[in-house]
Amino acid sequence: MWDNISILTAAPVFNIQLILDGLFIGSTFALAAYGLALVWGVMNVKNLAQGDFVIMGGYVAWWLGKQGIHPLWGLPVSIVVMFVFGWVVYVTIIRRVIDKDMFTSLLATFGLAIVLAQALNLMFGPEVQTAESDFAIRSYFDNSVTVADIKLVAFGLCGVLAVAVVLFMKNSRMGQAIRATAQDARAARVMGIDTDKVYAFTFSLNAAICGAAGALISMIWVIQPFYGIGHSIRSFVIVTAAGFGNLGGVIMAGLGLGVMEQYGGFVLGAEFQQACVVGLLVAVLIYRQLEMRRHRQVVQ
Amino acid sequence: MESFNPKLHLPILIFGVAAPFVIPGVTIQIAVLWVMVLFALTWDIMGGQMGYNSLGNILFFGSGMYISALVQISMFANVSEYTASSGAVDFTYTNSEYFWGLGWGILAAGIGSALLAASLGWTLFGLRGPYFAIGTLGIALTAGELMGTWEWVGAGGGLAMPVYPGSADGKSLMFYFMCFFAAIGTYLFCSWLYSTRFGLAINAIRDDEQKAEAMGIHTLRYKTIAWSVSAFFLGISGALFGNMTGFVEPLEVAFPVATFGIFMVAMSLLGGKGTLWGPILGAVLFHILKEFTWTYFLGWQWVALGVLIIVNVVFFQQGIMGWLMEKFPERFGIIVDKKETAK
Repeated sequence: MWDNISILTAAPVFNIQLILDGLFIGSTFALAAYGLALVWGVMNVKNLAQGDFVIMGGYVAWWLGKQGIHPLWGLPVSIVVMFVFGWVVYVTIIRRVIDKDMFTSLLATFGLAIVLAQALNLMFGPEVQTAESDFAIRSYFDNSVTVADIKLVAFGLCGVLAVAVVLFMKNSRMGQAIRATAQDARAARVMGIDTDKVYAFTFSLNAAICGAAGALISMIWVIQPFYGIGHSIRSFVIVTAAGFGNLGGVIMAGLGLGVMEQYGGFVLGAEFQQACVVGLLVAVLIYRQLEMRRHRQVVQ
Repeated sequence: MESFNPKLHLPILIFGVAAPFVIPGVTIQIAVLWVMVLFALTWDIMGGQMGYNSLGNILFFGSGMYISALVQISMFANVSEYTASSGAVDFTYTNSEYFWGLGWGILAAGIGSALLAASLGWTLFGLRGPYFAIGTLGIALTAGELMGTWEWVGAGGGLAMPVYPGSADGKSLMFYFMCFFAAIGTYLFCSWLYSTRFGLAINAIRDDEQKAEAMGIHTLRYKTIAWSVSAFFLGISGALFGNMTGFVEPLEVAFPVATFGIFMVAMSLLGGKGTLWGPILGAVLFHILKEFTWTYFLGWQWVALGVLIIVNVVFFQQGIMGWLMEKFPERFGIIVDKKETAK
C-alpha cells in the first residue's frame, strides 16, 4: 500500500492518468445516478435494478457491435430499447408498488435485479465483455498517460445527454408535468395532469438514461451480467451524497466517485475497488446520520 | 408465551427427532432446513416485529462462522501457521480438544456477533426505512470483500475447520441435532420475547417510532437489544453451519449476501412477517421449493427466485399467515365485531 503511494508521489504523471480515467468513468456513473435521483424524487421509488438496467443497455450496444453495427450507433438503439423496457416494467411491477411502503418497492426492484442479472447470464454467458469501438489510443506526456479516443467521445456524449435531459425537464410540457408531480402529486392531479402517465414516462426516461450510460460503459469499460449490483450501489452512493434535485451535486459526486474508485483500486489493490465503493456508501450514510443527529439536538 | 400444543408441536418434534434415522439420505438438507427456520425467525425479530428491514443480517452469520473458526483453531494451534499451511500440515485434534473447542467456539460466535450488532446499532439505527436496508446491505457486502483480503484468516482461499474426530455419519448426526436444537431454542426464545413487554415495545416502534419515543420508550436501546438478540442466534447458526460444511470461505459460505442473505427476507415475507409462525412456515415452503428448483431447473433457479420475490411483494404482501389471519380471524383469537362487519 505504501509502495503504491510512493509511486504516486515519485511520478506525479500517474495521478493525471488516474484522475482522467476516474473522470471518464465517473461521468457515466453520474448519468445513471441522475436517472435514479429522478425516479427517487418524483415517484419515491428506490430502484435497486438501476445497475442492471445499465448493464442491460450495455449488452444491447455490445450485441449490436457483434452484428457489425458500430456501438456508437448502438447508443440510440439502446436508449429506445430501454425506454420501451422501462415502460413494460412500470406497467407490470412499479405501478403496483408505487403507493405501498418504500421497502416494498426496494424489494420488488431487488427481485427484478436478480431476474435481469440471471437472464443476461443465460443469454450472453458470464464472460466479461467490451464493445469494440476501434478508436485510436493516444499517449501523452512521453507515453506515460494513455487515453483512448473513445473515452473522450463518451465523456462528450455524457455531457450532451445530460444537457438534453435538463433542457427537456425545464422546457418541454412533459418535463414541466414531471416537476409538478414531484412537488405535489395530488395538486398535479387536481390541475389535470395524468400522474400515472407521468410516472410511467419518468420511469421509462430513467431506464433510457441507464441504457445510454450502459452503452457508454460497454465501450469505455467492461460489462458482465452480475456487475449490475455494483452500479446500483454506485448510483445510491452518489444520490445519497448529493441529495436529489441537485444536478450539480450529482455530477460532482459522480465524477468524484469515479476518481476515488480509481485511486482506491490503485493504492489498496484492485480487489479493494468494489469494497471501496460499498465502504464509501456506508461512510456517507453514517455521516448523514450523524449530521441528522446533530440537527435533531439543535432542534430540541 | 405459547403453551405446549400437542397437535401443533408434537408432530414437529417427532419429525425433527426421527428424520435423520428414517430418511438418513437427506440429513444435511433437513439440517439446513432448521438453519433456514432460524434465519427466518431471527430476521423477523427485526423486519417483522420492529419494522427495520435489514438486508444485511447475513453479516452475523459470517461473523459467527469466522469467530468460531478462529476460537477453535487458536485454542490448540497457531492461526497464522494454520492458515498458511491450508491443510498441508496435518493438525489433528483429539476428542476432548475438538469438543471443547467447538463448545467455546459456538459460545464465542453468539456473544461476539451480538456485540458486533450492538456496536453497529449505535451508528446504523439512525437510518430509517430503505436507508437502513441499503446501509446494512452495504455493510454485509463490505464485510465479505474485506475478509477476502485478510491474509491472517486465509483471505479469499478460505479456512478449513478442524476435522471432526469420528465417522462422517456421526458428524452429520451431531450437527443435525445441534441445528435442530438451535432452531427450537430460537423459536422458544422468540415466542417468549413476543409475549413480554419487550415484544410490545418493539411492535410500538414498528407502528410509529416517534410516538413510541414520546411514550417514554428508549427506542435506541430496544432496537439495539433486538438486533443483538437476532445476531446472537445468527452467530450460533453460523458457527454450526461452518463446522458442518467444514470449510469457511468469505464470499460464498460466510457472507452469501445474494443467497442466504436474501433467502431470509424472502422466507419471512412468504410466510407472513410480523407473526411467530409465518417465518417458520415460509422457511419450510421456501426450502422445499428451493431444493426442487435447484435440482430440476438448474440455471433458472435465480429467475424463479426473483419472480417469487416480485410476485410475493407485489401481489401477496401479507404472506401466508397474514392471509390466513384475514380469512379466518376467529381461529387466531381475533374477535370480529359482527355489528361492524355486517354493514
